[in-house]
Amino acid sequence: METFLFITTAIVAVGAALAMVLSSNAVHSALFLILNFCSVAILYFLLRAPFLGAVQVTVYAGAIMVLFLFVIMLLGAENAELGEEKIGWQKPAGLVLGVALLAEIGYVAYRGTTLIDAPVADATNIGAPTTISAKLFSTYLLPFEVISILLLIAVVGTVVLTRRRVVAREESQS
Amino acid sequence: MISTNAYVLLSAILFTIGVVGVLVRRNVIVMFMSVELMLNSANLALIAFSRARAESDGQIITFFVIAVAAAEVAVGLALLVSIFRAKKTTNIDDVNTLKG
Repeated sequence: METFLFITTAIVAVGAALAMVLSSNAVHSALFLILNFCSVAILYFLLRAPFLGAVQVTVYAGAIMVLFLFVIMLLGAENAELGEEKIGWQKPAGLVLGVALLAEIGYVAYRGTTLIDAPVADATNIGAPTTISAKLFSTYLLPFEVISILLLIAVVGTVVLTRRRVVAREESQS
Repeated sequence: MISTNAYVLLSAILFTIGVVGVLVRRNVIVMFMSVELMLNSANLALIAFSRARAESDGQIITFFVIAVAAAEVAVGLALLVSIFRAKKTTNIDDVNTLKG
C-alpha cells in the first residue's frame, strides 16, 4: 500500500512539475505548482512528518501560491513570452545543462554510500508537533529568533519596494 | 517501507525540473515558481534524511526553509511589481539595461 501510494504520488508530482514548466499560461503554471506542492505534502505524511505536511499545505500551497496568483493577475503576465526568442541558443543549452545535472546527481546518488535507515520504530514520533516544538524552542531557539527578524525585514523591504514614488514627491511639494 | 534513496532520487528529479525551468522559461514569474520548486525538492530530501536518521532536526531545518521561502517570495514579487512598473514587461530578456 505504501509503495503504491509513493509511486502514484511521485508520478503526480513529477508530472505536475513538468506541466508547470511546459505550460505557456502562467496561471496554469501556478495551478500545476499547487498540485505539485500538495503531492509533496502527501509524501511528507508518508515520511512521518504530519506537522510539516500541514505547514506545506497551508503556507506553500495556500499563502505563497495565492500571492503568486495575485501578482500574475495584477500584472496581467499570463503570456509574457509570445514574442520571438531574443537569444536563440538558450533553450537547447538549458535543456542540455539540465540533463547533465540530472545525470550528475543520479551518478552521485548511486555511487555514494548506501543510506542505512534507522529502525521504523525509532522514527514514529519524530514528526509530531510536540517533538518538533520541544527542539525548536530549545536547541534551535536562536535560528528561530533570527527567522523572526528576517520576516520583519522582508515586510519592511516589500513595503519600501512597492511604495509609489509619486506620493513622496507630493509630500515634498506641500 | 520506501527506501530513502527513492525519495532522494525523486527530489533530484524535481530539482532538475526546477533548474530547467529557470534556464528555459523567460517569464519572470514562471522562473520564480521554478525556484520555489527547487526549494521544495530540497525540503523533500531533508525530510527523507530526517526519517532515515530518526532525528527531527531535518524537519526543523525544513520549517526554517519554508519561512525563508515565504520571505523570499514576498520580496521577490515586490521586485517583480516594481520592475513591471518601470519597464512594463515580465519577460526577463527585456530587462537588459545593465548589458554593456
